[in-house]
Amino acid sequence: MSAVTDQFAAPSASVRKTPKGTFDLVFRNASFLAALFVLVLLAGIMASMVIGGWPAFREFGFGFLTSSVWDTQNDQYGAWPAIVGTLSTALIALVVGVPLSLGIAVFLTQLAPPWFKQPVSTAIELLAAVPSIIYGMWGLFVFAPLFAAYVQIPLSNIVEGMPIIGTVLYSRSPSGLGILTAGIILAFMIIPFIASITRDMLDQIPSVLRESAYGIGATTWEVVRHVLVPQAGVSIIGAIMLGLGRALGETMAVTFVVGNANRLSASVMDPGSTIASRIANEFNEALGLQLNSLIALGCILFFVTFVVLVIARLLVARVKRY
Amino acid sequence: MTMTTPARTTTMPHVEWGRVRPARRTADRLMKIIATSFTLIAIFVLFWILGMLIVKGLGGLSVATFTQVTPGPGTEGGGLANAIVGSIVLTFLGIAVATPIGVLAGTYLAEYGRDSKLAGLIRFINDILLSAPSILIGLFVYVILVEPFRGYSGWAGGVALGIIAIPVIVRTTEDMLRLVPGPLREAGAALGAPPSVVITSITWRAAKSGMLTGILLALARIAGETAPLIFTALNNNFWFSPNLIGGVSNLPVTIYQFASAPYENWQQLAWAGSLIITVSILVLSIIARRIVRGGK
Repeated sequence: MSAVTDQFAAPSASVRKTPKGTFDLVFRNASFLAALFVLVLLAGIMASMVIGGWPAFREFGFGFLTSSVWDTQNDQYGAWPAIVGTLSTALIALVVGVPLSLGIAVFLTQLAPPWFKQPVSTAIELLAAVPSIIYGMWGLFVFAPLFAAYVQIPLSNIVEGMPIIGTVLYSRSPSGLGILTAGIILAFMIIPFIASITRDMLDQIPSVLRESAYGIGATTWEVVRHVLVPQAGVSIIGAIMLGLGRALGETMAVTFVVGNANRLSASVMDPGSTIASRIANEFNEALGLQLNSLIALGCILFFVTFVVLVIARLLVARVKRY
Repeated sequence: MTMTTPARTTTMPHVEWGRVRPARRTADRLMKIIATSFTLIAIFVLFWILGMLIVKGLGGLSVATFTQVTPGPGTEGGGLANAIVGSIVLTFLGIAVATPIGVLAGTYLAEYGRDSKLAGLIRFINDILLSAPSILIGLFVYVILVEPFRGYSGWAGGVALGIIAIPVIVRTTEDMLRLVPGPLREAGAALGAPPSVVITSITWRAAKSGMLTGILLALARIAGETAPLIFTALNNNFWFSPNLIGGVSNLPVTIYQFASAPYENWQQLAWAGSLIITVSILVLSIIARRIVRGGK
């Protein structure tokens, strides 16, 4: 640290020349204002969504949430299909993504040999660095055709005519695009977030606990199941909620693969839309009430993700900040 | 702890000492196989995506990609020069907006606010902004900068990207400053330096590489952002005007518009653009990781 102290003499001399403490006061206030700006940002986003969407909320009232109509000719708008699409894609993403993420975290912390841990960790984290739009391209041009040929068509033939699953899993137009495809792509996008937080949580558990469990003859699976998971439980749920927050608001990847249909379908194989995909699709051509309705959709998305993220942060914060 | 193995083994007296019951061993092996294969699936997807970009993107790359502007509908050839330059301009505009605010706010949290209630609240809100959907930030900037000024602009795009970058920089700056040992600050204060001088010439200096990592990570985060730019900077097929008023062409929105277009040269350019943007972002993230590891 000698370099630090050498450099140190010069600025302190220059401070002497200015009126005592002026720079100090300015610096302190500037950093305080910058920190307050973070609060202002969130308040600003909230206010702009509410104000921008207000005409739509006033026009349609509570019916905006429950109506399934999206008619640009007659200026009638309802959010229900987009809300259902957002929730179902996010749910599918969790169902697919959470087991994968937990498996990866267990592999990284318990099974991987030390030399192998770092490269694998980096590879998983790089999944988060790949831009959303690239996932969309991959989903649309690579994953969707394969999914249509090897999953949708065979599955439709099997389930056709069956009660319930014959409706839920039947694809009327097996293009590979739809709610389920969007959910699967989202799953891969949220894996790095859930997996790396869970990995850090598992790493933090004192090794004495693990060693004592191994000492009384437990297998690796039993150590994970009975020692590690109960220890890290709450923060793993927090990590999952954080992934949910990501999945709810993800835009470009979903816009590519969800099919962008405005109506609601009972099948997860059929095209649908999410709040984010509808905004991205229609925003640049929207005018008047349609624009307000899109911002109102954004407002709904804001409050849903806000609640999810608050819960996530509170759960994760119990152990360590993330 | 619910390890009741001794009780269980009494029901199976024929188990030898030092051996694990078959059911337990099978469950253990099954878990190991599942965890390993899940990891392989994720790594496979990463390399699948990268492979796809290389196979489809390399064919579209040529000198023209970097020298010619994006083609209009139905025109032959063309490149991505305006989109690449536009993306660089917007990204650096975003970083220029975010760095001073983010570094100062992170400094407040680590040096002045510390454990105060207000600092705790700001920290919490910052963590929420960190994961907030970028599309909402695009809408926000549309409402405050595009609608009032009646037009899309590069400035609005830069501000939107900046808002996405701020929480990243705040977070890493605070974390890195907190790693600087307290006695270093005390040594500065003992020499009579006021807090601002201690911070700028001692703490910042000691945490320099970590803070730089935060800025690089923010750069990687915003370089591929598409959704917020649709509402703010838009896109077009020309060189943008130097004052950045009107649409500013950029790579992500160009990829979005070209990818599913009916023209073959558009699709080729979309793949080439995807390759360029992904490789740049992955290189940035790997450099940032190296700095962190080297700093430790």
